[in-house]
Amino acid sequence: MPTTVPAYGAEAAERLASMADVTATDGALRRFLHGLPGVDAVGLQARAAALGTRSIKTTAKAYAIDLAISMIDLTTLEGADTPGKVRALCAKGVSPDPTDRSVPKVAAICVYSDMVATAKRALAEAGGSEVHVASVATAFPSGRAALAVKLADTREAVAAGADEIDMVIDRGAFLSGRYLQVFEEIRQVKEACRRTDGSGTAAHLKVIFETGELETYDNVRRASWLAMLAGADFIKTSTGKVAVNATPPVTLLMLEAVRDFRDTTGVQVGVKPAGGIRTSKDAIKYLVLVNETLGADWLTPDWFRFGASSLLNDLLMQRQKLSTGRYSGPDYVTVD
Amino acid sequence: MSDDRTERLSVLKTYKLFVGGKFPRSESGRVYEVTDHKGSWLANAPLSSRKDARDAVVAARKAFGGWSGATAYNRGQILYRVAEMLEGRREQFAREVADAEGLGKSKAAAVVDAAVDRWVWYAGWSDKVAQIAGAANPVAGPYFNLSTPEPTGVVAVLAPQESSFLGLVSVIAPAIVTGNTTVVVASERAPLPALSLGEVLATSDLPGGVVNILSGRTAEIAAPLAAHQDVNAIDLAGADPELARTLEEAAADNLKRVVRPQPVDWSADPGTGRLLAFLETKTVWHPMGV
Repeated sequence: MPTTVPAYGAEAAERLASMADVTATDGALRRFLHGLPGVDAVGLQARAAALGTRSIKTTAKAYAIDLAISMIDLTTLEGADTPGKVRALCAKGVSPDPTDRSVPKVAAICVYSDMVATAKRALAEAGGSEVHVASVATAFPSGRAALAVKLADTREAVAAGADEIDMVIDRGAFLSGRYLQVFEEIRQVKEACRRTDGSGTAAHLKVIFETGELETYDNVRRASWLAMLAGADFIKTSTGKVAVNATPPVTLLMLEAVRDFRDTTGVQVGVKPAGGIRTSKDAIKYLVLVNETLGADWLTPDWFRFGASSLLNDLLMQRQKLSTGRYSGPDYVTVD
Repeated sequence: MSDDRTERLSVLKTYKLFVGGKFPRSESGRVYEVTDHKGSWLANAPLSSRKDARDAVVAARKAFGGWSGATAYNRGQILYRVAEMLEGRREQFAREVADAEGLGKSKAAAVVDAAVDRWVWYAGWSDKVAQIAGAANPVAGPYFNLSTPEPTGVVAVLAPQESSFLGLVSVIAPAIVTGNTTVVVASERAPLPALSLGEVLATSDLPGGVVNILSGRTAEIAAPLAAHQDVNAIDLAGADPELARTLEEAAADNLKRVVRPQPVDWSADPGTGRLLAFLETKTVWHPMGV
């Protein structure tokens, strides 16, 4: 197995270049993606369900709750977002429970690109500049816009200070088999993530598949490899805007793709399930999936994230229950 | 046809909890034996754990918005409908009450009749309680000043231990008629009438979660309910004095409203005490003559 390098590092590009023959033409890429082993759907679901039955209690639960809080991309992606709401969310991300300073900060605040500057400023004011700002881009959530528009959207967000970019793939192109077009698009968006001010550090790129629209598990595996070959730093399940969002089987499948990709190329890529994860129980199930599939290397906010908004409140209530012994209630967390 | 073929196998009833409008088993998977007053076995009832209590509170909280927001008239109608359904199951309840309390047939039937009447009586209070507990206050200024009673929220109810049906109805109905939602801990020794009441409530237009019924050890279920930060009030009718003291202490943490246990003759006129115990008064000032 080659030595491991992070997807956002300089060496990753060389490693990916060694795979250039499979991404040279549309035909080669299709042959490669369709040559990936098919997914055993029943086995995948059974495995995800079996891992969901693990009992995580007491100290392990306390650790898992704190870890999950530190992995949250606290998200607000509503048409009705206001600067005030984004500021409130930033304050919450920096100190999730104002009555308990031992609660860790969240990993990032996820907003639309026009709110990036607001979020950046609010985080600095709240004393949490280490909390990242993630911006959705590329005509989120549908991804239906011209490439120039998508790239401009991305550059705008990066210029405003976004640390991470969550892009959506063009599902229409993917489902009609134009894989190279999707590949090129991801590559160009990754290019647009570079900072123009010359500071060198590019924004990290998360690629959203919208797995609820990909129809089959085989497509999820293909999309995962496609995005990783194109240079994604993170692969993300969903936008949270469609009926079916992150599910344990789909996430398990993506975790396996990430594992296989590291075994092949040595490049480490992160995973972010998003949408529909609302309870601590769900979050802990996902952490079990990560630990059992990828191991402790991925059990950090650098390599695994939850895209969620209401999950944080449930984690805080569970944390209060563990520390006080009394069941908490929604009166003791903020209303977002 | 031979005799042994006409003999039916008995179909024993599995009593289940009533939580959020559904009939789950206890999360713990435990059951305990329920006996009649002479000690002979009647049925197995679920032995609830603290997690069942937690789930019931979540269900009750979820139901609170809709139930408290329904019009008083509508709540009254639904409660009257419950009384109608109870009436249709008179024989079953009379049998269960007779078994539980060791009453004769006619006495048990009289207890059930009293319970149905009590339910109707409380149903009538739904759109009248504001006239008793509310007021138009005279104030020194050009304002209308109106006080109105509002439901307090989720009420944990420890049902009376001895009066398994009339007592039960007399503590549930006053709590829900004003718009509260409840988590009811049935009588530990005689939970069957309460669990059957759940089946009646499920078929009488009462939204799921307004009444949640748990059976099991009262002390075990009551402790997490009394300490629960999302429970707004607790009725200790079914707690013995020692248990009541520890529950009161736990309930003080989030300033729950507490109804202390006291000797009650459940067959007597209940008065409005329990009806008014789970209300908050909201007072609004409204400028007049504008």
